[in-house]
Amino acid sequence: MSALLVLAVTVPLLGLAPLFLLRPGAGARIAVAVLGVGCAITGAIAVQVARTGQALHYFVGGFPPPLGVALRADGFSAAMLCMSAMVLLLTGLFAIAGGGGKAPRMPAAFFTLLLALSSALNLAFLAQDLFTLYVALELLTFAAVPLVCLEGKAGQLSAALTYLLFALFGSVLYLLGVVLVYGLFGTLDLALLARRLAQAPPSGTFIAALALMSAGLMAKAALFPLHLWLPPAHSGAPPAASAVLSAVVIKAPLFLLVRLWSDLAPLPLAQAGAPVLAAFGALAILFCGVVALAQDRLKLLIAYSTAAQIGYLCLMFPLAAAADGQWSALAWTGGTLHLVSHAFSKAAMFLAAGLIAEAMGHDRLSGLAGAGRVAPVSVAAFGIGGLSLMGLPPSGGFIAKVMLLTSAIHQDAWWIALVILAGGLLAGAYVLRVVVIALQRPEPAEAGRVPPARECGARAGIALALAFAAVLLGFLPLAPFAFLSIGRPLSWTGLLP
Amino acid sequence: MTGVTLFGLAGAILAGCGVYGLLSAGGGLGRILGFNVLGGGVFLIFGAVARRGAAAGFHADPVPQALVITGIVVAFCATALALALLVRLREVEAGPAPDDGKRETER
Repeated sequence: MSALLVLAVTVPLLGLAPLFLLRPGAGARIAVAVLGVGCAITGAIAVQVARTGQALHYFVGGFPPPLGVALRADGFSAAMLCMSAMVLLLTGLFAIAGGGGKAPRMPAAFFTLLLALSSALNLAFLAQDLFTLYVALELLTFAAVPLVCLEGKAGQLSAALTYLLFALFGSVLYLLGVVLVYGLFGTLDLALLARRLAQAPPSGTFIAALALMSAGLMAKAALFPLHLWLPPAHSGAPPAASAVLSAVVIKAPLFLLVRLWSDLAPLPLAQAGAPVLAAFGALAILFCGVVALAQDRLKLLIAYSTAAQIGYLCLMFPLAAAADGQWSALAWTGGTLHLVSHAFSKAAMFLAAGLIAEAMGHDRLSGLAGAGRVAPVSVAAFGIGGLSLMGLPPSGGFIAKVMLLTSAIHQDAWWIALVILAGGLLAGAYVLRVVVIALQRPEPAEAGRVPPARECGARAGIALALAFAAVLLGFLPLAPFAFLSIGRPLSWTGLLP
Repeated sequence: MTGVTLFGLAGAILAGCGVYGLLSAGGGLGRILGFNVLGGGVFLIFGAVARRGAAAGFHADPVPQALVITGIVVAFCATALALALLVRLREVEAGPAPDDGKRETER
């Protein structure tokens, strides 16, 4: 029993009260302080998981399942908790830093939504019950949709409506899967379900339920071909909101997709279904990568790159489900590390893009020549964050992609290896295209129009810190990788022969 | 045909109609209605599943009924949020905001 798990979900909600009672400025500072406390709580959870070497449990009200509802933190959950808490804290700091000059202050609603996101994400990473997870996903959607339309422009409102409808369609499909599972087994607790499923081969109804839940999560995670809502929603939002949406919000449904296929589905079923998920992932990487190359607006380019990078996690499924000893373990580590490093690099890139657009007055790629002189730190943050996306050393993205690639080659999954390489080339092309344009000398006709350097140092520093976090993941010693396997089913982490 | 089968089939038909409406309706309002019909179908299936508890000697299994109340509340909130967005979108589109549109394309 660890009360930390409950605190991770409830403390962010306590921070909401000052936002409604105090002046917006003071409320915002307290909200960011509460996010800092949340960061400390998730850190403590991670330390405790690492020290004891097993998953932490909490039974709400002291009733263990099947009577009650359980919260559980294993290594993977703890890593996701820490990642999301850090990204939320840094984005909150970004939103209160500076604020002078032309930059509009973020409204108090932004901090309200940030705290709500923090609570909903923590619940999604901790809950052990399919219905609690449904509630967590809905809370997440309700906090994320208003972030898209904070400024209330027509384009943002229609993007938010599309996002909401896709998300609702996804959650109804997920709920239908949940009711079918309940009808079959009479319980929704993941651990109890896994035990029941291990006793007999899964029925057709369970396969249908799993497919429905996966389709629902795919719609929420914007996995190809259900990604259509993501680019307008993520590119239209204010930079701080885009960063949170792209870096952490879509990670919760992806995390649950991993949960369903690794913790719940019996191994033979996971092996049969994994290639389908990987095929969607491969199409996402190739299709969205090419579309990203064709974009003329910086934020749209980054948004399409998010839709492409989600695909890498799906490539992990067939490699990790193969139960091929150390090579499956390698794919598992690579996939989860990719989730974490993508969060940091994508947050850095969206914040940097926002600062570049602010300094230049627009974010059309064709007019960004000279941005390297106007906003040097932001362009550096964008480039360094991009390193991890491209999979160039030294960065977290590099290590993640090398792990996936090595695992694919050793398991003779040549098509996965090819997709990883092609995706790296595409990412390299679209990131370098931006950096090359930004470092160019502006054409003489345009030179007069390039504004003088006026970059907000504090906020650019935060973007740079996020980018360096993605790079530093590449320098981690190998010990934390065992951390990701704490409390996981044995077959997926390669410990089973 | 027992009552449970009837309810299950009715729920399935409603869910099918809802999916069709959600995917084919042109406007935002049509899609919101489609989502509600689909949700109604799923909630009916919850009811059918709850009746299976009768086999164990109970009148009905209370857990799905507790779940479905949460589901209905969530769906109601979602509909309210979607309608608020839709109304706001219509207002912004109808209002005299040519300036707004131009700034939008530039940023």
